[in-house]
Amino acid sequence: MVKRTNGNAKKEAFFKTTKAFSKSFPILAGVLMLLALANTLIPKQAYRLIFTGNKLLDPLVGAVVGSISGGNAITSYIIGGELRQQGVSMLAITAFIVAWVTVGIIQLPAEALMLGKRFAIVRNAVSFCISIVIAILMVLTLGMA
Amino acid sequence: MLSVIAYVILGIYDFALLRNALYALAGLIARIAPILLLVFMVMFLTNLFFQSNKLGRFLGKGSGLRGWMVAIAGGIASSGPIYMWYPLLSDLKGKGMKDSLIAAFLYNRAVKIPLLPMMVYYFGWNFALVLSIYMVLFSVVNGVLVQSLAREGSEE
Repeated sequence: MVKRTNGNAKKEAFFKTTKAFSKSFPILAGVLMLLALANTLIPKQAYRLIFTGNKLLDPLVGAVVGSISGGNAITSYIIGGELRQQGVSMLAITAFIVAWVTVGIIQLPAEALMLGKRFAIVRNAVSFCISIVIAILMVLTLGMA
Repeated sequence: MLSVIAYVILGIYDFALLRNALYALAGLIARIAPILLLVFMVMFLTNLFFQSNKLGRFLGKGSGLRGWMVAIAGGIASSGPIYMWYPLLSDLKGKGMKDSLIAAFLYNRAVKIPLLPMMVYYFGWNFALVLSIYMVLFSVVNGVLVQSLAREGSEE
């Protein structure tokens, strides 16, 4: 009796999970296709052209560019490292890195569909603002240029 | 659908770029397939072992400090692209997980312990450590704000 019950529970959990997953597949496929397209069309060198050296504007630009970028966090570290070599401020680079990993404009439609439109918009907006706050705090805490 | 249309348009204008995009897509799928399997397993185990009422105690209303710790630790421990975790979080949300904890989980995904050496290489130990601490602290701020602002809209 116990074994049959356990077997039934596993079957039920499997079907529940499969059903939830199959609902998400079209959305996930769309996100993957968009990310691959963005990674192909936007060259890495483009990031260097965006930062002008303005200490007020650059963190905002960093947060915006990080928000619309996608992919592995490692990419943001590599780009951030190269930007640092180019003399871009750590304020901008930190905002860029934090926004890259916490804000996701490309996946916003998928997040809205899965977790709710209001939740997705609010979460990304708050994360965007926090990325700039963290960048400022980092610079103040570590005394970076 | 829009993505497919974008690929078709790209193919018409520049077939070489389309080929590159398709290679990038194949690479992306190959990288995330193991993570997708992991997410499926976690969802399966959650559905197997946790009923809604039990989950609510850990992650729902009244879960308190324990809920925050579970969300923070879960976010840090989770791997793979963020969108891979949407199905699980959607499922948990349906079972009573608070918006604040979902937001905290998603925010803490930015704290990537396996990638710390890379961050240290580029920016130093101080930067990596302080940033990680700020990220965890602000994940709570993020969660509280999201819960408050997202709820305000739904009550109107």
